Amino acid sequence: MAQDTGGDLHLRDVTKSFGTFTAVDDLTLTIPQGSFFALLGPSGCGKTTTLRMIAGLEEPTVGSITLGERDITHAKPYKRPVNTVFQNYALFPHLDIYENVAFGLRRRGAKDVDKQVMEALALVELPHLARRKPGQLSGGQQQRIALARAVVNRPQVLLLDEPLGALDLKLRRQMQIELKRIQTEVGLTFVHVTHDQEEAMTMADTVAVMNHGRIEQMGAPSELYEAPSTTFVANFLGQSNLVTGRRIAADADAVTVLCHGQNLQVPVSRCGTEDVDVLLGVRPEKIHLGGEAQEVAAGLNRFAGGIVSDASFMGVSTQYLVRLPWGQDLTVFAQNRGIGEQYPVGSRVTLSWEPAHTFALAGDATAGVESDLAVPVG
Amino acid sequence: MTTTVTTAGGTAGPRADRPAPSAPALLRARRWLGRNALRIYGAIAFAYLFTPIAYITVFSFNDGGRSNLVWRGFTLKNWANPCGAPEVCSAVGNSLKIGLTATVIATVLGTMVAFALGRHRFRGRTATNLVLFLPMATPEVVLAASLLTLFLQMAPIGIRLGVTTIVIAHVMFCLSFVVVTVKARIAGLDPRLEQAAADLYATEWQTFRRITLPLVAPGIAGGALLAFSLSFDDFIITNFVSGNVNTFPKFVYVSAQRGIPAQAYVIGAFMFFLALTIVLVADIVRRRRAPK
Repeated sequence: MAQDTGGDLHLRDVTKSFGTFTAVDDLTLTIPQGSFFALLGPSGCGKTTTLRMIAGLEEPTVGSITLGERDITHAKPYKRPVNTVFQNYALFPHLDIYENVAFGLRRRGAKDVDKQVMEALALVELPHLARRKPGQLSGGQQQRIALARAVVNRPQVLLLDEPLGALDLKLRRQMQIELKRIQTEVGLTFVHVTHDQEEAMTMADTVAVMNHGRIEQMGAPSELYEAPSTTFVANFLGQSNLVTGRRIAADADAVTVLCHGQNLQVPVSRCGTEDVDVLLGVRPEKIHLGGEAQEVAAGLNRFAGGIVSDASFMGVSTQYLVRLPWGQDLTVFAQNRGIGEQYPVGSRVTLSWEPAHTFALAGDATAGVESDLAVPVG
Repeated sequence: MTTTVTTAGGTAGPRADRPAPSAPALLRARRWLGRNALRIYGAIAFAYLFTPIAYITVFSFNDGGRSNLVWRGFTLKNWANPCGAPEVCSAVGNSLKIGLTATVIATVLGTMVAFALGRHRFRGRTATNLVLFLPMATPEVVLAASLLTLFLQMAPIGIRLGVTTIVIAHVMFCLSFVVVTVKARIAGLDPRLEQAAADLYATEWQTFRRITLPLVAPGIAGGALLAFSLSFDDFIITNFVSGNVNTFPKFVYVSAQRGIPAQAYVIGAFMFFLALTIVLVADIVRRRRAPK
């Protein structure tokens, strides 16, 4: 069963409503076999509901889910080659670790489970705990056992529901690396649900950013970060400076946008909207900070007349807030390479950056900002 | 502290804060009381609780003859022959038989009711909850009288007062207690464990058998023990609906009028120490399994 080829997971037009509330709204998604796929979004965005539908713990209101050639939309959870690592681990408290891991194998009628169980425990590096009860293990150990209990069955798809949410930062980093290692080792399809953008970006091959039951954008982490296609993604994945402007001209390569009296260039490929009113975006670390008198090379986008309103030294970098003449604060990260100048609060500065690092979006500049603050990240 | 008295005379110069000569003794007494008040209170409370049991235990060794009210000397013959007094053992046998039957029926039914109430939303769920509480809230003697009336009405269809009617009555009042005990356990059960079992290829039946039932089992066992002790103890309802069948509480009540035989004390003491042993063994087993 686990050796099927063409085991891509397809969700087609899947909608899930609870009464009048639509948790997942017309979702279509293909997750290639063997990939590490992350569903990223704030709480309540429908990512966990999507996961539960794949696991069979919820039934879609509309739409279909297929795994390879097989339609599993209405299959019982125990009839799917899919296993889940639950958010709170859900280890069986009355069974010891060995029996927890053996549970899935035994239910499918396996007689001799010893080799597989011990292999799975070795994979998570806890074979010495086989005879303990879950209550005697630390959170991190329980998390690894939950993973072993799912992986031992060699499912076609392994679902991870915020499995690292309850761990402290250090342990979480360590588990991220281990999860990635295990995924590479066993070659299963991993679908990982998380609200932690850093976690999604470091682990996944493909990230789908969800909001209000829909996918906002899907792609490789670097693609999402460098070229967000919506303001929600721009704000949810890292930080973005978004400035309102009007499109005034366009040629084959670049679009010219007038922002508060300044003409700025955006590559056509990075302009996600045809509207006249646009939001111009640039990541804080892409901006170069220069003194007022400093010459800015031709061809760079720039904002002059900024005043440093806040500077926090963070070791590897300094985070500046620069107040622009129209009253907006932009964030700038200046790397501590020991060659740049430090600008104290009150300094007059000019901001400049490559047009290629600029992106243009339609919509509301604050989308995704609030959710990012509401969810503890990192 | 003990040197205070000697230094009081020895130290030179008047000191305003020096305690009066008699104070240290008083202070010591108060300190001692402060440290031991809880122990004394505890000892009194336990004495209060255990005096009747101690009395029963001691008098089960009394060479008392027919009436066991005055201490007449130590003997082991009551313990050696607990069935010595007429009807004691047949009454205890009836009580055990009725208790076990009622416990099994009430536990099975009560567990099913508890699952229905704890796991499903259905019409009349609130009403069912309320109705289940009624037997606990109703005065026993009222229940007893109405059950008797009911059973007498049913005489034409072959219901006669006896073991059957006692069991029916006991199941009725034990049921509520089983439901409450098991329901509490079900409420504390994480539904995600069952979802995890389903996710790990367990069918509905396997999930129930391997996960749900073992996890709810302590609640069911607690409910069953409660049911048995309620049934074994019950006098009022039993007395109304038993006809001429004798149970242990009924035997004790009847014989109280002419003197309870020492054998009844033996049975009482034996039941107490049996229960105590069960509790202790269960506790030791639990400690063995607990994390080291």
